[in-house]
Amino acid sequence: MEEALKTAFPFIAISIGILLVFGGVMMIVAYTVLAERKVLGWIQGRIGPNRVGPWGLLQPFADLFKFIFKEDLVPDKSTKFVYYLAPIVALTAAFMPMIVYPFGPPINVDLAAWLPYGLGEGITQIPLRVADLDVGILYVLAITSVGVYGIALAGWSSNSKYSLMGGLRSSAQMISYELAMGASVIGVVLLAGTLSLGGIIDAQIHAPWWSRWFIVPQFVGFVVFLIAAFAETNRVPFDLPEAETELVAGFHTEYSALKFALFFMAEYVNMFTVSVMCVTLFLGGWYIPGLDWVARQTDLVWLFGVGTVGYALISHVGFLLKIFAFLFLYIWVRGTLPRFRFDQLMNFGWKFLLPVALGNVIVTVILVFLMNR
Amino acid sequence: MVNVLFFVLAGLAIACAVSCVYHKNPLYSAISLIGVLLSLACIYLTLAAPFIAIVQILVYAGAIMVLVVFVIMLLNLDEDKPLTRLRYLYPIGGALGVVLLAQTLFVFYAVTKAPHQASEQGNVIGQTMSIGTAMYTEYLLPVEIVGVLLLMAIVGAMIMSRRMREPNLELVEGSKEDGE
Repeated sequence: MEEALKTAFPFIAISIGILLVFGGVMMIVAYTVLAERKVLGWIQGRIGPNRVGPWGLLQPFADLFKFIFKEDLVPDKSTKFVYYLAPIVALTAAFMPMIVYPFGPPINVDLAAWLPYGLGEGITQIPLRVADLDVGILYVLAITSVGVYGIALAGWSSNSKYSLMGGLRSSAQMISYELAMGASVIGVVLLAGTLSLGGIIDAQIHAPWWSRWFIVPQFVGFVVFLIAAFAETNRVPFDLPEAETELVAGFHTEYSALKFALFFMAEYVNMFTVSVMCVTLFLGGWYIPGLDWVARQTDLVWLFGVGTVGYALISHVGFLLKIFAFLFLYIWVRGTLPRFRFDQLMNFGWKFLLPVALGNVIVTVILVFLMNR
Repeated sequence: MVNVLFFVLAGLAIACAVSCVYHKNPLYSAISLIGVLLSLACIYLTLAAPFIAIVQILVYAGAIMVLVVFVIMLLNLDEDKPLTRLRYLYPIGGALGVVLLAQTLFVFYAVTKAPHQASEQGNVIGQTMSIGTAMYTEYLLPVEIVGVLLLMAIVGAMIMSRRMREPNLELVEGSKEDGE
């Protein structure tokens, strides 16, 4: 029994971690939808949803039940297998990057004293993430690039002209902006000297004071990444794949009920993912500058000292606040900017964004080389 | 555990490969091929080579196959037409299959003959750092040759896809005579 428990312990621990991350991210995503409707309402001089629960707070659950109980229509002439596959691919690809999000600093704790049967032996840290992959950034980029299939296949299998046009546009758009996104990340990787997300945060903590957040030395990279992130998530002003004035609803025109909800969720989870990437790569992740200084000044080491629960909690809240700021930016931009034309979108991606990102890489390489000499 | 994973993933890869060849509909074949690539990436992961696994997904599944799917979606091929035109390729395909089988058997033979020793750098061999170091020291020349080849391919693609408008280029005159 004890032996079995010991073998199973890592899997149990990882499963608990995945469940926590999944639940947390899904709650945030559900309330991002509500926040979007509220904020858009305010921007447009409306009130927004306020009927379900106090201040409309139960609206996400009402939406979910509505999606579940609606009639699920499948078009007659659709390619059934691919039609069912597409939303699953989209959502799976959106969920998978979750395991590498660094939610906070590790907590120093001697688990051996807390767990029975000597399960916690040798564990002195609880990391606030599921896995710190050696190739974290590449992993996120790779998985999000697989997400294109969800949209492309949905557009093709629906057997509708609107859907096909939406699917085609989105594949073209995502292929184009993926390049700029990847190129804009290279600068950060050069400065940090690692591809792991945890390693990049560490590199920002130990950087010289003027570049504690990589947004300072990598401002161009940050702007390119942000623009590409808007395009990758198919958000306004790059929401050509579902431009409602010309394509009805684009790639998900023929989808209804829960299958539509899956696409909808995938879009918001993707928004969360690129926000996490933006915060981690350019804004120091969970790192709040000055917190260790406060701890030294005020003798409150038990609260602010590195490795304590308090430090982890404060850093985690800081991380969430940065992400919420980005999510708000998404909604703000949606309420403010008009949509690009498709040729403008392509020209902008290939003839402006990509050259700027590549130029940024070259300049960064030269500077890193000169400074390390 | 790893053995079970290997057989599951290898079985998936073979099943997807068979379905890739078997299906008449090109899009189904493309989806099956993506399945093959993803299962291969997972096998690389179980072999402790995360970088290769991720690059496999990033380059093949994420970029090349997207283009393939894109083209298939645009072309809208008719599925019913039998491919009699390509009959003469059957013997060549069979011969290549035999060569591939021989190669696989040779690899099995070589692996069983090779001494089973864990190399000293075994634990860093698949890591990003060691791959980068090897690429830019030991294998610098091949990397640069590949770089030049890719550059040539890019330039070639641009020349092919571009419409020549300058009057002093022969291509334009030729195509005008063709009555374009």
